[in-house]
Amino acid sequence: MSNKIVSIRELKREFRMGAEVVRALKGVTFDVEPGEFVTIMGSSGSGKTTMLNILGCLDKPSDGKYLLDGVDVGSLSRNELAVLRNHKIGFVFQSYNLLARTSALENVELPLLYNSSISSKMRHERAVKALEAVKLAERLDHLPNQLSGGQQQRVAIARALVNEPVMILADEATGNLDTRTSYEIMALFQELNQQQGKTIVFVTHEPDIAAFSSRTITLKDGKVVKDNRNTQVRSAREMLAALPVAADY
Amino acid sequence: MKLFNLIRIALKALQRNKLRAFLTMLGIIIGVAAVIAMVAIGQGSKQSIQDQLSSMGSNMITIRPSSNQTVGGGARLDASGLQSLTLDDVKAIQKQATFITEVSPAVQSKGQVINGALNWPTTIQGVSPEYLTIRDWPVKDGISFTQEDVNAADKVCLIGQTVAENLFGTGEDPVGKIIRFNKIPFKIIGVLAEKGENAFGQDQDDIVIAPYTTVQKRILAIPYIQNIYASAIDENSSALATAEITDILRTSHKLKPTDEDDFMVRTQAELINTFSSTSQLLTVLLTAIAGISLVIGGIGIMNIMYVSVTERTKEIGLRMSIGARGIDILFQFLIEAILISITGGIIGVLLGIGASRLVTLFLQWPTLVSESSIMLSFMVCAITGVFFGYYPAQKASRLDPIEALRYE
Repeated sequence: MSNKIVSIRELKREFRMGAEVVRALKGVTFDVEPGEFVTIMGSSGSGKTTMLNILGCLDKPSDGKYLLDGVDVGSLSRNELAVLRNHKIGFVFQSYNLLARTSALENVELPLLYNSSISSKMRHERAVKALEAVKLAERLDHLPNQLSGGQQQRVAIARALVNEPVMILADEATGNLDTRTSYEIMALFQELNQQQGKTIVFVTHEPDIAAFSSRTITLKDGKVVKDNRNTQVRSAREMLAALPVAADY
Repeated sequence: MKLFNLIRIALKALQRNKLRAFLTMLGIIIGVAAVIAMVAIGQGSKQSIQDQLSSMGSNMITIRPSSNQTVGGGARLDASGLQSLTLDDVKAIQKQATFITEVSPAVQSKGQVINGALNWPTTIQGVSPEYLTIRDWPVKDGISFTQEDVNAADKVCLIGQTVAENLFGTGEDPVGKIIRFNKIPFKIIGVLAEKGENAFGQDQDDIVIAPYTTVQKRILAIPYIQNIYASAIDENSSALATAEITDILRTSHKLKPTDEDDFMVRTQAELINTFSSTSQLLTVLLTAIAGISLVIGGIGIMNIMYVSVTERTKEIGLRMSIGARGIDILFQFLIEAILISITGGIIGVLLGIGASRLVTLFLQWPTLVSESSIMLSFMVCAITGVFFGYYPAQKASRLDPIEALRYE
């Protein structure tokens, strides 16, 4: 149990909208093992976003259990959840969410600023290392508006890596990118997963993206309808190489 | 979360919006500068009035005759014509008063002083040697006259700076020269130090001082005296000294308990209090106006912080998602508000000091920048920052990270 990254049992989440009760998740059960690359698929209204919020410790389940790296999330306070997010989760958002007019390095350092056990020297070193891992070592001082969409997302991934989380949680991380760039980003995720053994949970509605992961969980109407291992994981790097070179490139 | 990190975060956030931070500060800057400058002007004028009054001798007590008798149809007599004060009064005060250190009789006359071809209209003041002690007025060149000069009604005098300047050319030493006051020759034995204007704008240096006997006998031809000057032991005992003098004079004038005083006793302390309370009121009014502008500055901060919180909802959501607790967000915005108000306060203090200097330089108004006004406005600034920054910061800290992240 405790060596699992995520352990979800009969998880329910209900929202009260006036007199009506909306049941977004109706008893979801699954585990995520260390080193897995899981995509959570589902159309809108499937409970995908609610699942993401709970996985990301931004929201708490109404019923059922959610253990993240052995910690029972349901019993934690708002502040304890914040500390848990800081230590154990790395978020990557669809719209990058970088701080404007703030250098790539400072953006990556941000999660460590909220961790008082890390010195400023260590913070700097780890941020540089994270940016090297996403191949942006040359652009430490660039501001977000001086970077392309793909580069911005790589800064965001570096920010998700810098606190050495147990799980990277990506929310439609390629949604704002063109095909080529999204393959580049997926190649980076695959590399982090395969070479560095990072556990990645990727929420998306594109089956195309799911093909790059080792396992796909499909949600529908608040329930898991499919949970299958992907036997033929596609390599994003190969896909990228196979893409025709566009004329305007 | 270390406080240092929070200050760093707040500083970075302000750096990202320099112009807006500055414009927000402007309200505080103007408010504080106004407080500092206004208080400086108020304090300066108060101080200069006090200095001028003290220049007349801060322990000085003046006794003048006053009319208690009515003639004919009930009209009171003009005080200048009264002859109720005599040398016996001076001696009685000298002998009996315990709160008085020095007493001097005084008689005045206006007239023209002449030195060769030069002449000047001035006042001659006939007094005893104690007068200079009462007025705290040193002789710059030469010597003062003595009791012997008084006894002999010698024709010697001391002259003030203004008289010296108008009767003698530069480089000419007046001491030892003979001048004429209303045709009577006086030998100058000393020149008085410069005293400047008094609180009423009169030039105190425009004067000739001589033994009172000389002025009484040779100029005015009167046996009585016009005023008595005395000095109290210190400023605080002037009220006691006044009461004492009143008793002594009533006895020596043989007044019945039902009679009104036929003299008036005035102290410098009374004058100082009157003037001080006027300028105190001025200071309070100016400060109140400046204080209002500080509050407006504070509301400006609150307004901008609210806008800032709304505008940066997504940033707040992101910070929360990567591990910022509510209190971290609260402190970030609170520190931003305090940094704005304190920085504004520092600039405002400097600007206020600068403005006070300029007022002194160009308008010749005296100003006095007091440490207490700097401390006070600084504290008000910090409190303004906390007070007006708290609600927006609290609003930010209570945002739901999920909704904040989705905010567009």
